[in-house]
Amino acid sequence: MTLLSPPSVVARPHVQAAPLAPVARLLPALAAVYRAQLARARVARIPLMFVASFQSIGILVMMRGVVDPGDNPSARAVVAGSSVLVVAFVALNLLAQYFGRLRATGGLDHYATLPVPAASVVLGAAGAFASFTLPGSLVTAGIGAWLFGLSWAHLWVLLAVVPLAGAALSGLGAACGLLAPKQEIATMLGQLGMSAALLLGVLPPGHLPTAVQWLRDALPSTYGVEAFARTFAARPDWAAVCADLAVCAGVGVLSLTLATWAYRRATTR
Amino acid sequence: MSETPLLPCCSVRGLTKNHGEIRATDGVDLEIHQGEVFGLLGPNGAGKSTLVRQLTGLLRPDAGSIEILGHDVVRHPDRAARLLGYLGQESTALDELTVALAAETTGRLRGLTRAQARAQSAEVLAELGLEPLAARPLAKLSGGQRRLACFAATLVGERPLLVLDEPTTGMDPVARRAVWSAVERRRAERGTTVLLVTHNVIEAETVLDRVAVMDEGRVIACDTPGGLKALVDGNVRLDLVWRRDAPLDVPAVALLADRVERTGRRWTLRTTPEEARELVAAVTTGPAFAALDDFTLATPSLEDAYLRLGGRHGGLAK
Repeated sequence: MTLLSPPSVVARPHVQAAPLAPVARLLPALAAVYRAQLARARVARIPLMFVASFQSIGILVMMRGVVDPGDNPSARAVVAGSSVLVVAFVALNLLAQYFGRLRATGGLDHYATLPVPAASVVLGAAGAFASFTLPGSLVTAGIGAWLFGLSWAHLWVLLAVVPLAGAALSGLGAACGLLAPKQEIATMLGQLGMSAALLLGVLPPGHLPTAVQWLRDALPSTYGVEAFARTFAARPDWAAVCADLAVCAGVGVLSLTLATWAYRRATTR
Repeated sequence: MSETPLLPCCSVRGLTKNHGEIRATDGVDLEIHQGEVFGLLGPNGAGKSTLVRQLTGLLRPDAGSIEILGHDVVRHPDRAARLLGYLGQESTALDELTVALAAETTGRLRGLTRAQARAQSAEVLAELGLEPLAARPLAKLSGGQRRLACFAATLVGERPLLVLDEPTTGMDPVARRAVWSAVERRRAERGTTVLLVTHNVIEAETVLDRVAVMDEGRVIACDTPGGLKALVDGNVRLDLVWRRDAPLDVPAVALLADRVERTGRRWTLRTTPEEARELVAAVTTGPAFAALDDFTLATPSLEDAYLRLGGRHGGLAK
């Protein structure tokens, strides 16, 4: 054999299969990803925590110029829409960009070469991005209620609206980021989704053309906006609030399942 | 290395992968033994990364087999993650985490409990001298420090095989030494096998037990670094750097003009030690010496061996 010959195939000593290291279980792995992602807030706090809130508060101030304060459907729509917009900005837009970048740069290989369930990576990241939005949503809702003279009594309902709308929107954001063939397309999809949530969520639905109202009904963030807007009433229709939140939850399950599938597809080629 | 029985760690047979019209790996055969530091050397586009992606279960081959420690990784790509630790070229998944959290989280995702991950992470950071950087996010570190932090994450959650894709890129000599000490320690204490992808020829010569040279998707040679260097038949490399234009009016220089490889003002010649001695004597006197800025005479390197093997690129060293 010369050095230029390929290595010869000789009878190899039989190797007993080595023991396999344990796999990471779903919940501990999910918790580890969630915790690590939450820690990102320290580094990326400007876009994650502040930009989203500033944008929503700016919209509130702008709309205050054209919408009368007091308990009326338009004021409710503006405050509820601006609050849920914070969720759309981070959970849909920024998460789509995050997964798009991870996929484009080969960063997904890190997770793909660890024995970790796909769902724990997707749910951990989606959960963390949704969590980033809670303070911003609460602040936006508080300022909005004050600006438009609405009741603060039921702002607590955001504690249900943010996680459920967050699940639906982050699932969509993750799926967009993981399915987009290019990073630029992931960014564009995220921004389009956020723009839709802005335009269709903040404007009072009564003034929208019918076709646009259908589009609004097709957007999962709408149900979060509706659920929150209903709670500004003196005696909210809690059944309708729960129905809207159930839609968010249902869409959340579907979109996160889609995102998990998209993750598996992106990591096994 | 040679006295112990050579048990296979990783056996690759006829591995083929096409990217469209391009054959990224073209019937690759390799046998990596347990406990050895094995290198994959080759220029960009030679197929090293494609081969590694197939070994780590990231890419499914079109044909061929991969067996790692008795497990068929083509049939069960998910087992690769339970057998090997992989350091890829990108750190985007960890960039916004602190060094300590990146290592600990990676350990958690390798199936360690929180306490185990934390303890192992602390040990590895201490071993690599990363403790002063533990609380800093990777994104705010220099390229070499970030690479070292990613290497630390690769070591948390012990694996019998480490696959390291250009692990020391951008590192200073201290960090490089820390990496190779950590690798050597794991090999000595636990028999860890290391597959190293590199095109840093100098490093390859010093750390590898064996090396496979890849070119255009094929393994064009596989031997010890010494074995490969023996291919160049004892020739030496003479580098002459001229201040301005070469003094072609000097007969010895004029004779060389057609035989050398030119890179700007640098002339490189591979020749016998005897001729090299004569040439050095000729250019270090008279008008040639006045025109000479610098010269080096070096024994053959892996790069020379690579060129001798017919690699299609002008050289491997960055």
